[in-house]
Amino acid sequence: MKKSIYSMCGMCTVRCPIRVESEDNKVTWIEGNQHLLGGALCAKGSAGPALVADKERPQQPLIRVGDRGAGRWKKVSWDTALDYIADKLKKIKEEHGPESVVLSSRGGPWQNMYKTFIHAFGSPNYTNHDCTCGRNTHHASLSLNGVGRKGFVYDIKNAKHLVLFGRNMFSSLRIAENLQTLDMLDNGGKLTYVDVRQTMTGLKADRFFQVRPGTDYALILAMIHEIIKRDAYDHDFIEQYVSGFDELSNFIEQYTPAWAATECGIKEKSIHAFIDEIIPAMPKVIFHPGWNLSRYKDSFYASRGLHILNVLMGNIEQKGGLIIPKGPGDCGVKGIRSLDCAKPDIKRADGVGWKYKHFDKGPGLAHLFFDAMEKEEPYPVKAWITMRHDPFSGMPDPQRQKASFDHCDLLVAIDTHYGEFSWYADVILPESTYLERESTICVQKGLKPRLAVRRKAVEPEADTKPAWWIFKELAKRLDIAEHFPYNTIEELWDWQLEPTGFSMKDFDEKGFISLTDDPIMYDPKNLEGQFATPSGKIEIISKKLTDAGLPSLKEYESPLKPEKGMFRLVYGRSAVHSHGHTTNNPLLNELMPENSLWINTKVANKLGIANGDLVDIAAENASYTGTMNAHVVDYIHPEAVYMVHGFGKHIPLQTRSYHAGVSDQKLMVGKLDDWDQAGGAINLCESFVHVRRSVRNLKRRVEL
Amino acid sequence: MNKYMIYLNSKRCIGCHGCEVHCKAVKGLPVGPFLCEIDHKAVPSVKGVPKTEFTFRSCYHCDNPLCVPICPTDAMIKRADGIVYIDQEKCIGCMACAGACPWTIPEMNPDTKKAVKCDYCMDRVDAGLKPACVTKCTTHALKFVTLQEV
Repeated sequence: MKKSIYSMCGMCTVRCPIRVESEDNKVTWIEGNQHLLGGALCAKGSAGPALVADKERPQQPLIRVGDRGAGRWKKVSWDTALDYIADKLKKIKEEHGPESVVLSSRGGPWQNMYKTFIHAFGSPNYTNHDCTCGRNTHHASLSLNGVGRKGFVYDIKNAKHLVLFGRNMFSSLRIAENLQTLDMLDNGGKLTYVDVRQTMTGLKADRFFQVRPGTDYALILAMIHEIIKRDAYDHDFIEQYVSGFDELSNFIEQYTPAWAATECGIKEKSIHAFIDEIIPAMPKVIFHPGWNLSRYKDSFYASRGLHILNVLMGNIEQKGGLIIPKGPGDCGVKGIRSLDCAKPDIKRADGVGWKYKHFDKGPGLAHLFFDAMEKEEPYPVKAWITMRHDPFSGMPDPQRQKASFDHCDLLVAIDTHYGEFSWYADVILPESTYLERESTICVQKGLKPRLAVRRKAVEPEADTKPAWWIFKELAKRLDIAEHFPYNTIEELWDWQLEPTGFSMKDFDEKGFISLTDDPIMYDPKNLEGQFATPSGKIEIISKKLTDAGLPSLKEYESPLKPEKGMFRLVYGRSAVHSHGHTTNNPLLNELMPENSLWINTKVANKLGIANGDLVDIAAENASYTGTMNAHVVDYIHPEAVYMVHGFGKHIPLQTRSYHAGVSDQKLMVGKLDDWDQAGGAINLCESFVHVRRSVRNLKRRVEL
Repeated sequence: MNKYMIYLNSKRCIGCHGCEVHCKAVKGLPVGPFLCEIDHKAVPSVKGVPKTEFTFRSCYHCDNPLCVPICPTDAMIKRADGIVYIDQEKCIGCMACAGACPWTIPEMNPDTKKAVKCDYCMDRVDAGLKPACVTKCTTHALKFVTLQEV
């Protein structure tokens, strides 16, 4: 039977809207939703059916029988696996209290469900992957604007100039955003790109600053300096909405373009030329405040600087600027219901909210649980459940993490595929792939807010289950089922939609429910109440930071230079992989089976490394090493080497990606504790590595 | 005279290789053959920005295709609208077509042991749709062009 449904992609966490055709329970066609993306989809999106067909993902629940990480599993039924987990959780709750259980997810629009589960169980310890992603950007925006990272959407299409600091958007691929950017360029808009290397995004730019690694903040400070010195900032906006401008003006005095040019290794006249270009384009100039800015020790302040530049542009709630996302309330529609359970009134084990008061209490910080596990401070952590989150792939130094996780009595991994963490876990619960499962309805805020939903395109190929079923079943066994008021997904959807007056049928026409016909803009002259800081103003001097004993305007400190023979390790992503999630997908693996080490041509020449040679790369203390091919290029800073994240996995059942390439996070030895005290995120680009030409390059053949 | 061609707007291409997988997915191809390919080549910097040029290549659907007469089973066929395709029923997988093609375009499908190549997704074209690579191009950089005589 032929079927066509609208759904949401799940190959990466952008979750692009898609339409899926199937016949006799096989997916025959996937395209981007014509109404939103004009059909556009990326390579990962088209490789979805290959994920469904892949037998190298868990086919039924598994319980560990050998040592942790030994890869010895017993295939069990769902009942056995869920009973096992529930019994263990009850025992742990009895012995150590419910707060000794942590649940981490990737985050995203469905996290209410996971939060509800862990809160109902009695633990406040919900966390997500964001300490290795957008936490610095999020906290930067919170401290300045009083709203988080998602408190603005970027009207790139109508911008005249987009400035990206390492935001390699044409490899990260948010299709709607990519289309906007290319449309902007087609309409004569300009793109300025700043990075330590040339990328797919940078090559579309009109201006490219190749900076010394870790000096983004210097360039940002010089840009602020110049905008203020030239008196080019939006005076009215500053007057009306901003506090602390005078302190900024004084602080910025010393950070001249000439100074930044030396610090970053770029030309001073290029900085001036850039400023010349953006001033006439104001306010339609967007400084992207960063996405995965969990990089350098001052990334939080770099992101604050980028937000300050946006404020100076006066681009908030302006066409071609930063727009405050609108929700159902702005459209005169009642919001959907979501699963919810109040957070238990217990201190979080990661210290967020009581020890660290300047951080967002929502998901806390995943990397701050490791000390708690080891030292049992403030209390023991004895179980960890991961929901599509792989701490070993996402966070530095898995060996160090394992030592902490060994203090746990129960490790559970819920995911569609094997991960490095799930391989170490006690129980693996295989979730159905995104084409085989439904998800709850979510609100997508924006200029034109809408409701979206993922629907099942085909029945599961293996004995896998959707998250809504898994959590309901676990809840039943733990006597907290009342927080999951449904038996089927249809019941859950109807319950969610009830207050809105919409029904599931309303998704049929376009795959989403549009809550407004026209884009909604607020009056930019009347934005009072939009900035939820203590003072209600955009606070350049943040009270929260001051109270935490942290500066709001941080003096610049020059980044360390690598020692001789060493390089700063920089990571990123490719357009054909979603980190470690897809490296074993047959069709994507075919395009990129392993990663390579980017190294500057002049440096490579000195080390005798030719393009394609094997190189050995070792962690600072040489406790992890790998061999990979060198990619020798002119356009990477000589202090840096770069690799795509997500490789170097050691899961034998993933035969395609087993031992393929090198893992950046395994090279970050000792770096789990290297985190940003102000921004909260881990500093993922503060590791140095040894690189040499490998002795494994063949000179001659001595065997038959 | 060919009626169609696929055109790549290199300015919009971001080298994401989406087209290659869109093609493999719609044709149900296993690991191995690619019926279209994106290639990129570094070119001299423009105003200090290192640039790269992208090219798209699939079958050229030649006006006088050498792969057609060489086929021993008449499996390689040129349609009136110029599309050159392989009748999978007739193909015996001898790969004479690949030998005759100046660009060695036809490839072996390791699952079926028969030759495969781009047919502009002719079933889709006949149904009024566009080839998969064009329909789903991530950045709308690929266009399916109907040629006109001037």
